[in-house]
Amino acid sequence: MAINTLDAEAKNLGDSPKLKARSNYGRNPDGSRQTPVSAWTSRVVMVLVLLLFSLPVYWMLISALKTPEELAQFPPTFFPTEFRWQNFSDAVTVMPFWLFFRNTAIITISVVVFSVVSNFIVAYGFACIDWPGRNKVFFIVLATLFLPFPVTLIPMFDMWAGLGFVNTWVPLIAPALFAGGFFTFLLRQFMLQTPRDMLDAARVDGASEWSIAWRIVFPTARPAITVIAIFAAVGTWNDFMGPLIYLQDESKQTLSIGMQVFRSVNAQDIQFNLLMAASFLVLLPLVILFFIFQRYFISGISLGGFK
Amino acid sequence: MSASDAVTADAPRTGISSSGPAADHTARSGPRAQNGNGGGRPAKRKLTGREKRNLRMGLLFISPWMIGVAVFVIYPLIYSFVISLTQYSGMQSPTFIGFQNYIAAFVDPMLHTSVGNTVYYMLLAVPIGMVVALLLALAMNRNVREVAIYRTLLYLPSLIPMFAMSFIFIVFVNPQYGIVNQFLGLFGMPDTNLLGEPRYAKIVMIVMAQLGAGNAALIYLAGLRNIPETLYEAARIDGASRFRQFIAITVPLLTPTILFNLITGVSGAMMVFTEAFIMTNGGPDNSTLFYMLYLYRNAFSYGQLGFASALAVLLFLFGMLLAGLIYWLSRRFVNYDVSAG
Repeated sequence: MAINTLDAEAKNLGDSPKLKARSNYGRNPDGSRQTPVSAWTSRVVMVLVLLLFSLPVYWMLISALKTPEELAQFPPTFFPTEFRWQNFSDAVTVMPFWLFFRNTAIITISVVVFSVVSNFIVAYGFACIDWPGRNKVFFIVLATLFLPFPVTLIPMFDMWAGLGFVNTWVPLIAPALFAGGFFTFLLRQFMLQTPRDMLDAARVDGASEWSIAWRIVFPTARPAITVIAIFAAVGTWNDFMGPLIYLQDESKQTLSIGMQVFRSVNAQDIQFNLLMAASFLVLLPLVILFFIFQRYFISGISLGGFK
Repeated sequence: MSASDAVTADAPRTGISSSGPAADHTARSGPRAQNGNGGGRPAKRKLTGREKRNLRMGLLFISPWMIGVAVFVIYPLIYSFVISLTQYSGMQSPTFIGFQNYIAAFVDPMLHTSVGNTVYYMLLAVPIGMVVALLLALAMNRNVREVAIYRTLLYLPSLIPMFAMSFIFIVFVNPQYGIVNQFLGLFGMPDTNLLGEPRYAKIVMIVMAQLGAGNAALIYLAGLRNIPETLYEAARIDGASRFRQFIAITVPLLTPTILFNLITGVSGAMMVFTEAFIMTNGGPDNSTLFYMLYLYRNAFSYGQLGFASALAVLLFLFGMLLAGLIYWLSRRFVNYDVSAG
């Protein structure tokens, strides 16, 4: 294969023009048309399942809109009789919501970027380069998934304290630079499916491993990379233990810690509606981001030989 | 796993499909080495120049992970192992007592209860979770205009932190007005405090875990999107039914993803903690005293850091054993070759 076809191939991987040209809506994966009846039955079943899965968030939302009196009602109402929108404005003033929001966003974005880059590089080493002993070393990656979390708590705190990084964001962000077992394993499973011929053709053409990784494998692994970006974002956004252990100054705290004011300030009466309003506001950016990024679950691999 | 397995498993990958003298040489070196010393140690065979180069490049690419694993895994593990050989409350300095913590663990009846609960949870939650997640992924992969809404709503519960989800679920299973109880009442089930009954408490947690199946479903979805659509088109032209396509294309090409979800599912189930900590705190009658909860109590309530560390080391060893078994079994079933369809 010559150099110029390699470029064409790499461009083709993400969005094959052939697939884009034809609308896939209302079709089965094999391209055959769905019958209207099966399409509608599946839609009805879907709506029921979707209602079930929306229930926790629906409940969160209606609790966030209730007055304290209605919240105390027994049995609870399934639709607020009176909407108390003020709960939301109260929730963002009880704690420095926007400061915490900014802190959490900075930490989350850093972790997502570092996680994607480091895990991709490491997974390439485990999936796309054949070195002797690779599979044995990979078993250590699997083993690390079984490390119970309390084990790392004390030694890690000792280490970061020794380095003088307690009360900074370093202990929350730096680990993302060093690829974790979960993400590496996930990416490796997908990258092993990259067609070998493509990699070898690029090598014969003299492409370096680094450029093969970023120009050929990265686009084909896009669905899996989307998954790890989402997981890293959700995990960091919701992380409670990390900020709790490492951050002391209020100016550096994150949203998950900020939510604790609803419990600790009024230990007697938890302001449940405010807690739910804050929880909902914390959840909302994740939902919007997910809604936007879910479309990156596009087909990664297109096989030249099957057209 | 013998050493020669690794070589034979890797051999097809070393092969370069295009022609050329260097390529042919490496393509044959794998099988020849195996025939030559019949299960001997290939590590002692001199590495070819290409293998040396690959080894250098491979280690270079995984070097961030090697640093990470040394700092974030091996160091804490050694730390824990050393502590596990001592009696240590966190206050006074630890006293060395050898393997007594391990001996105590093997005869501890509470530990047996917690192992039983965890295994019960794992045997139900892992297979159910894998099937539910696959069904969700198939829904998330539908070719309908509103698929973005399907994906977002099905993933929605997975965006809620586990502790918040546990609080919400406590209300759902409230014996008087909980929506779950009202639903079960339609089928003639009397008002029961589901979390107060040893029979049901674990089941409630297994059901609740399914609302979080969106995570595993996303991974399946990525796997489904990785299957070239051309394979399905080719199968349809050959007259294969949709069910046949699922069995012959989807499942085999999804096996790497299935393996991933199986191993991470087992790992997650072994460490199930938050639900039990918040919803029942191990009760009723210790029926939700899971291994991690018992470990946590020993470390932070009973001041038995030495014993807790021994429990952590045992859990890690058991997990490694299980992962090794699954990984070894998977060699027969997992298909990484997309083009073989």
